[in-house]
Amino acid sequence: MKRFIGFIKKEFYHIFRDKRSLFILFGMPIVQVLLFGFAITNEINNVDIAILDHSKDATTKEIINKIAASKYFSIKQFIDNEAAIETAFKKGQIKAVLNFEKDFGKKIVAEGKATVQILTDATDPNTANTISNYVSSILQNYQREINKDVQLAFQIVPKTRLIYNPELKSVFMFVPGVMTIILMLVSAMMTSISITREKELGTMEILLVSPLKPFQVIVGKVVPYIFLAVINAIIIILLSIFVFRMPVQGSFILLGAESVLFIINALSLGILISTVSASQQTAMMVSLMGLMLPVILLSGFIFPINSMPFPLQVISNIIPAKWFIIILKGIMLKGVGLAIVWKETLILMGMTLLFIALSVKKYKIRLE
Amino acid sequence: MKKENAIQVENLTKMFGDFTAVNNISFKVGKGEVFGFLGANGAGKTTAMKMLIGILKPTSGSAQVAGFDVKSNAEDVKKSIGYMSQRFSLYNDLTIKENITFFGGIYGLEKSAIKEKTQLLIDELGLHDEVNKLVGSLPLGWKQKVAFSVSLLHNPQIIFLDEPTGGVDPITRRQFWEMIYREANNGKTIFVTTHYMDEAEYCDRVSIMVEGKIEALDTPKNLKAKYKVDSMNKVFLKLARNIE
Repeated sequence: MKRFIGFIKKEFYHIFRDKRSLFILFGMPIVQVLLFGFAITNEINNVDIAILDHSKDATTKEIINKIAASKYFSIKQFIDNEAAIETAFKKGQIKAVLNFEKDFGKKIVAEGKATVQILTDATDPNTANTISNYVSSILQNYQREINKDVQLAFQIVPKTRLIYNPELKSVFMFVPGVMTIILMLVSAMMTSISITREKELGTMEILLVSPLKPFQVIVGKVVPYIFLAVINAIIIILLSIFVFRMPVQGSFILLGAESVLFIINALSLGILISTVSASQQTAMMVSLMGLMLPVILLSGFIFPINSMPFPLQVISNIIPAKWFIIILKGIMLKGVGLAIVWKETLILMGMTLLFIALSVKKYKIRLE
Repeated sequence: MKKENAIQVENLTKMFGDFTAVNNISFKVGKGEVFGFLGANGAGKTTAMKMLIGILKPTSGSAQVAGFDVKSNAEDVKKSIGYMSQRFSLYNDLTIKENITFFGGIYGLEKSAIKEKTQLLIDELGLHDEVNKLVGSLPLGWKQKVAFSVSLLHNPQIIFLDEPTGGVDPITRRQFWEMIYREANNGKTIFVTTHYMDEAEYCDRVSIMVEGKIEALDTPKNLKAKYKVDSMNKVFLKLARNIE
């Protein structure tokens, strides 16, 4: 035990004397959470749009006023012919154009029907979609208003209520994802680098010649990172609670336990990486390409898994981060307990055991 | 030679796939002997040494180090030997003192013993001003001397040195060999690999490995007489050239 404490102390010297790794460990989580929380959102706010109004009557004016009054849009310019639409888009100043047809107000009264074209800049498809949805709903509201005296024969009134994240704050979606990325990065990349560093410098040989057993060396290298990753998880949760007012509905104990499980999972991956890479550079590249990219792209963090092509959906199942994000969202946003996320937890446990078994096997092979 | 053997190797072989890195070597090293283990790059020296220090399993044959079998009793072997590798074996981002404390610790030394040894080591090497400096800031020669002293911390019977003086200036090399002799006089067995043939002359006996086999093993004096040359350098060249 005493040997062990000395070993861990040494690991902390390494970590705290290397400014670069210190920054990765503590600077990055904070920067990432703040970045994702503040800068990157799916919400739209004050989107600049242009209006092409061919009729210029009371009805279109009313609609335009409604749109201008909403906090989502601000009307940047009025244009008067179709040719100008393209120019406006190309200049990149506006994201959408509303094109009211001629005699809009008259047609509504006379034929009960009039058309407005919504043109959106789909170079950014997500925003384009959101914009057209928002405009449509403003139009629908208006329609309901002018129809309120007329009794329609059949009417379906959808009443939408968004639960678990009623304000559609995208930070709620990002926090679990960012937490997953950071825990993965700290745990897997940092351990794999720190183990390969000993190999690269030749000190690993010295450790193996010492009476320390190989698994003691590995555990000694890993324990400090468990500790640091837990601190990171706490920082991220505190940031999301106090800076972004994100609630944690479920149990903190379960959240902690699941995080530790995921950390151990990532650490065992890190050990596995270090057994196959000979240099710190390789370890870093393998961690970045082999772990970070799938975590970001295939875990459902940014892109919904349901809308992926089938093969990718299958692949996403072998990514531990996917299961951890489901667990995190469940606990943090929905307040569910182990009774609901037991399946995901079991999957993570199974993966962890597999990785540990593999790395123990690999590690032995390297020694012989 | 003395009766007791510190190292006893019989028909030791290591294969990597089809390639035979160490081919059926046998030799004995007596207690208190300074044994030079020579060979060109790739001759199998490092592989042989790794088997002796218990981090590589032999394919066949047997070896006893400090009376323990390297195959079945590697853990006891590890406790009885000190090892210093050709690559630098201390942590650059730790101070001298922290390195000593760490390595003392993993060999299970008591705190008081570590303190005592640290003091002794610092006095001996005259490092009073440097003890709290990071090892990385020291000149290579000093590092190697500290590394050698650290490999002696747990009072091992046998010390394995893998090219300990690579890249070190001649004066420091001389000092280094004085340290080696002092330990040998204290009854420790020294097993050293080197590329410097003048250092081979300092050894009690040397073996020369060529392509996985031990081609010659005797005192430097006898070897020179046998090959009718006046330096170990020429002995080495003659052996290596005969094979080509």
